[in-house]
Amino acid sequence: MDNFFALALDNLASPLILAFILGLGAALARSDLTFPEAAAKALSIYLLFAIGFKGGVSVTEHGVDAGLLLTLLIGVALSALIPFIAFGLLQIMTRLDRTNAAAVAAHYGSISIVTFVAGTSVLESQGIAAEGYMVAVAAAMEAPAILSALWLVSRNGSTRMDARLWREILLNGSIVLLVGAFVIGLITGPDGMSEIEGLMSAPFKGALCLFLLDMGLIAGRGLRQSRGLLTFGLVAFGVIMPMIGAVLGAGAALLLGLSTGGTLLLMVLSASASYIAVPAAMRVAVPEADPGIYLTMSLGVTFPFNLTLGLPVYLAIAKLITGG
Amino acid sequence: METHQAKRVAIIIEKPVRGRLTDALDEAGVTGYSILPVIGGSGRSGKWSSDESIGLAGGMVQVICIVRPERIQDLLDNVFRLVERHIGVITISDCEVVRAERF
Repeated sequence: MDNFFALALDNLASPLILAFILGLGAALARSDLTFPEAAAKALSIYLLFAIGFKGGVSVTEHGVDAGLLLTLLIGVALSALIPFIAFGLLQIMTRLDRTNAAAVAAHYGSISIVTFVAGTSVLESQGIAAEGYMVAVAAAMEAPAILSALWLVSRNGSTRMDARLWREILLNGSIVLLVGAFVIGLITGPDGMSEIEGLMSAPFKGALCLFLLDMGLIAGRGLRQSRGLLTFGLVAFGVIMPMIGAVLGAGAALLLGLSTGGTLLLMVLSASASYIAVPAAMRVAVPEADPGIYLTMSLGVTFPFNLTLGLPVYLAIAKLITGG
Repeated sequence: METHQAKRVAIIIEKPVRGRLTDALDEAGVTGYSILPVIGGSGRSGKWSSDESIGLAGGMVQVICIVRPERIQDLLDNVFRLVERHIGVITISDCEVVRAERF
């Protein structure tokens, strides 16, 4: 238990979390601090490329095994299943109508790549290794949740789901960059890494720090503007649902026999909620759903929870069940 | 200088729907349009700013096109089918153009 509190304190006192808290506090205090949209975009491209590339290199170093395909399949199944649990829970805990509940549920089945990156950063600082292919699992878990949610909506109303939307979801910039960088890492391996290591490794945490500052600002402003929108039930859901997701991820990791690091990352992927790919898909397919609700839930409640308290809890559980 | 009557249609629409809107304009036979970034605003969903949003979902764009008055109904029929379910504003105003053959 002491170990857990030390871990939680370490996590809270890290520059990453403090930068996020700075952004959150500045936005809530109505500071005029803003992060230029283009700079945030550039940082996200860098972070996605670096994390994908490092994952690919790690797979070449440790070899490809059957675990990769199996973990991918389980990841897809988790992403498709979690929205149904989230939907049921939302119907019990909140007064959201079916359309809004399904839209929120889609976000919880999909993933937050920044939370995943923060998870890898925690593992790095603890010196814990993880399966490199978890990056590919992250990419695979983005879209299935959208299909589940649209099925839930279509039972009650109309959705605008066509081939074009599928192309936009499956080929969205984040997925292309993450998978593309993973493949580049896979092809070039450690030799490729040694060529661009200066950019891929050393500035990574600093860049993540700045990106989290921006995320804090966005989350804080979202929370400030959503006053009256977030009920107690929604906030409680935003905290309980990631823990349910994390437990499902832990169970799946145990079945798959993942390492401590891999277990943490699958827990993080199952616990996190999307705020980039799914909101864009929902705006096209289910425009009647209120973006104020699902964006505030995933970005203003679940993302800060996962980043500050969730990560140390998930790591403690991952260590406990894997004996790491 | 001689000028000609035309209609100016300005559509503020959610970023994720931008491509579908310009396709609808193409289908309506609109030969040209301009897309402008919208940096922020306020509406039924509250205030927002492009610097404070992440991803496509929180952003808006403005699409402006100028057409001959007799083509406005086809354009609106095509566009409204798409945008009626989305957040946005459509305004139509009278304007004058110098080179009528371009619209």
